[in-house]
Amino acid sequence: MKLNAHNFKENAAKALKDEDLQASLAKLGTGFPLKRLAAAARLPEFEALRDQARDIKDHTLRHLDFYLEKFECKVQETGGHVHWARDIEDGRKIVYDICESVGAKTVTKGKSMIGEEMAINEYLEEKGLIPVETDLGEYIIQLRNEPPSHIIAPAIHLRKSHVEEAFRKTHTELPPERNLDEPEDLLKEARAMLRKKFIAADVGITGANFMIAETGSTVIVTNEGNGDLTQTLPRVHIVLCSIEKMVPNLEDCATLLRVLARSATGQEQSVYTTFSTGPKQMDDPDGPDQFHVVILDNGRSRMLGHDTHDMLRCIRCSACINHCPVYQSVGGHAYGSIYPGPMGSVLTPAIYGLEQSCDLPNASTMCGKCEEVCPVRIPIPQMLRSWREKQWEDGPVPILQRLAMSVWAFWAVRPKAYHFGAKIKMRLLGLLGRKNGHFKSLLFSKAWTKSRDFPAPEGKTFQQLWSEKGGRRS
Amino acid sequence: MSSRDYILGRVRWSLGRGAFERDSCQQLEARLNTPQSNLIPKRGQGDAKAQLSLFVKMATEVNATVSRLKALENVPKAVAKYLKEQELDATVRLADHPELQKLDWSKLDASTGFSTGDDLVGVVMAYAGAAETGSLALRSGADSPTTLNFLPDYHIVVLKAADLVGDYEAVYARLRRESNKTDFMPRTLSWVTGPSRTADIEQTLLLGAHGPRKLHILVIEDNGEAS
Amino acid sequence: MSGEEKNVGLFVTCLVDLFRPTVAFAAVKLMSEAGCSICVPERQTCCGQPAFNSGDRHDARKMAEMVIEEFEKFDYVVAPSGSCAAMIKKHYPELFSDQADWHKRALDLSRKTYELMSFLTDVLDVKEVETTLNRKVTYHDSCSGLRELGIKDQPRTLMNAVEGLDLVEGENAERCCGFGGTFCLKYSDISTRIADDKCDDILKTEADMVLGGDLGCLMNIAGRLTRRGETVEVRHVAEVLAGMCDDVAPISRKG
Repeated sequence: MKLNAHNFKENAAKALKDEDLQASLAKLGTGFPLKRLAAAARLPEFEALRDQARDIKDHTLRHLDFYLEKFECKVQETGGHVHWARDIEDGRKIVYDICESVGAKTVTKGKSMIGEEMAINEYLEEKGLIPVETDLGEYIIQLRNEPPSHIIAPAIHLRKSHVEEAFRKTHTELPPERNLDEPEDLLKEARAMLRKKFIAADVGITGANFMIAETGSTVIVTNEGNGDLTQTLPRVHIVLCSIEKMVPNLEDCATLLRVLARSATGQEQSVYTTFSTGPKQMDDPDGPDQFHVVILDNGRSRMLGHDTHDMLRCIRCSACINHCPVYQSVGGHAYGSIYPGPMGSVLTPAIYGLEQSCDLPNASTMCGKCEEVCPVRIPIPQMLRSWREKQWEDGPVPILQRLAMSVWAFWAVRPKAYHFGAKIKMRLLGLLGRKNGHFKSLLFSKAWTKSRDFPAPEGKTFQQLWSEKGGRRS
Repeated sequence: MSSRDYILGRVRWSLGRGAFERDSCQQLEARLNTPQSNLIPKRGQGDAKAQLSLFVKMATEVNATVSRLKALENVPKAVAKYLKEQELDATVRLADHPELQKLDWSKLDASTGFSTGDDLVGVVMAYAGAAETGSLALRSGADSPTTLNFLPDYHIVVLKAADLVGDYEAVYARLRRESNKTDFMPRTLSWVTGPSRTADIEQTLLLGAHGPRKLHILVIEDNGEAS
Repeated sequence: MSGEEKNVGLFVTCLVDLFRPTVAFAAVKLMSEAGCSICVPERQTCCGQPAFNSGDRHDARKMAEMVIEEFEKFDYVVAPSGSCAAMIKKHYPELFSDQADWHKRALDLSRKTYELMSFLTDVLDVKEVETTLNRKVTYHDSCSGLRELGIKDQPRTLMNAVEGLDLVEGENAERCCGFGGTFCLKYSDISTRIADDKCDDILKTEADMVLGGDLGCLMNIAGRLTRRGETVEVRHVAEVLAGMCDDVAPISRKG
């Protein structure tokens, strides 16, 4: 998708006034977090598993070159193909070439954030193919021609009336008087429509939650079963993944799977966790004839060994998103990136560049909830701060903000002058504010007083009072 | 430069810059070729009886239904009974699995093979079950088509209690043990934990999104060896 | 208490110094009663967190250097704020990670720096407070104190020692109030929305007083509550523990 992160503030302002969105977000804010809490409480080893999950990803990243080569080798041994894509253009072309080589017309797609990153649907459509998203949420937003607003619940911003509207507009062959009042009715219709697509598709594209170096397998985790139909029925299965999805062994994958679903939706395990290894084997009655893995870099190799290295541990569970007070307030579209919330605010500048997305690392209260719930313990606030530092060093920082900080710093390291100035100002503010205890408005502080009263100071500063009392100074 | 060389080169360069401690190739090969289990939750580590009751509890929690049978021979009867309860015709599509094929299906309208999407009910054998989350391990193969696990509305899975283990790792160990080659993975290995579901519309949980609406598990407690 | 009197340097924090000196006096009283001798260096202003979180490492270092120089002589350094204490304890060493000499001094300072509630309970082992407050109270856990310093039980232990104090927990006591330092100015609308959630959570408890350990959060919450016309009182927890509620009006309210 096209990045729209530079409009964060306007997007957010709009989102705060969108009542439908706010209703959905309110539900999200209590739903996933409570379920995660319950799942974690049920598994005494959960915290220890998080430590191991972190260590596994750390080890893999430290030796990523080794594991990538091993993985490639194993995929080839089991009859599959590996394609390397350094950027989005590269990746799209590889996918299209594979489709073209088998004369494909229709393509089904399982949910894939790498697919979103590549905007693969758009590209294939331009080339005359018909890609169909099969994850229910992705299908809905594809019909509405909008980007996902959440990495595992892409249509979370929508109400059922939006879905009904999209279905009536698209499924014109169905009787207009049909009932689509309830989520059940909508699901029934989507299931029937998509069933035909699954069976007719020439190529199936899925993402991958993990690549396993030991076996050359890719792993998808879904609840609907759409990913499995996507990769089993067509003649060709293409997997889109990025370099950091690697783990060494099946056992390592098991550990990560134990923290993934619990962190994401609070499920003990997602409904379908499927390992794909090569194309269909000799005696297999079904399965694809071809198995292709497209491994995308798109800026990630630059993150290795750098400030945002640890972000590459991310397993895309969305726990940080679900728990973020800012995401809960404005939803995913405000971020203008396919990766919203805390993880997105670290990842988006790395992939698209900081100039395009400088609001994102700043739009955080640094409350630390994201790090608290991250299954692989990514220090997200620290990484947001590292982007802010980069921005401060050589990026765009509003001149007033830079000035304000410099002025503050100038006085702060000159305590005598600072205390003298503070004494006078607080005295004045204290007198003026005495009547109400606060100010409804105040010069230069509209950002605060627009929606909050500004508490009045007591009048004298502590330093002043301490001196008056003759308190100990050394 | 090929994209492959470009990416691997960038990865090496970046890792070099990070000055990470690196294990030797020998250590890495050893880690890869002699896989070690990480921490395995205690909950699945009870005896066979405890594992079975945990499996049933966990599977039931995620909306699967479970029947415990004394012998494999009872499967056709149990399937017929289940279909009747669900008010379905007695028509089933069977996996071409020797243990299923040797049973007497004469009371039902049974056909064999993979599915093309016209089957309402599929019956398959599980490769294994993992007690810790009530999950079934289903592997593709001549005796186990993947389409039967995802296309039919009703997914009936036969699990021999002897194939029930505590955790996922035990299943991976068995896969490695039973294969004499290094490529021990089937094309498809699926962990199935309950029937298909979605919460994509207003976060309302609905069963039967694209895969099966119902998952019915028949656990054979005497392993089908005698009856 | 046994042994010698502990020599404690009070890091007042800029907000307490400017807006609410009573909190610092409360801190002095609580620590003195527990056998500490309190010193307040004049050469102190800000811990540098606003600069640090804005990405301005250079200015943050300058402020940190001043704090280290001024406070490294004490047995303990105590701040009546989780976020300033966390800045010194957690982030100063990080700030000087590439300067060995300053790094060592930062680590030494880090080891003896405490947030007030944590210092009172974890170090001084205070279990009793001699004060009475017949109010229904709820507590807001400030993010830095909670997540960076693990401060959760300490203020509760002390509040429960106050005679008559009825503590009711908010469902989302641990959720951010939306302050976030400069965030509340840069993203004022989002900050307000988060503050509203916090206010709602507080009102749901039907408490008539909210306490917390960080003046930034408390000014944010109080400012929003009074703007909404609510009468719930907001105070720093130290004021209550030191029995100083009569000395000063609740935050954002007239005396």
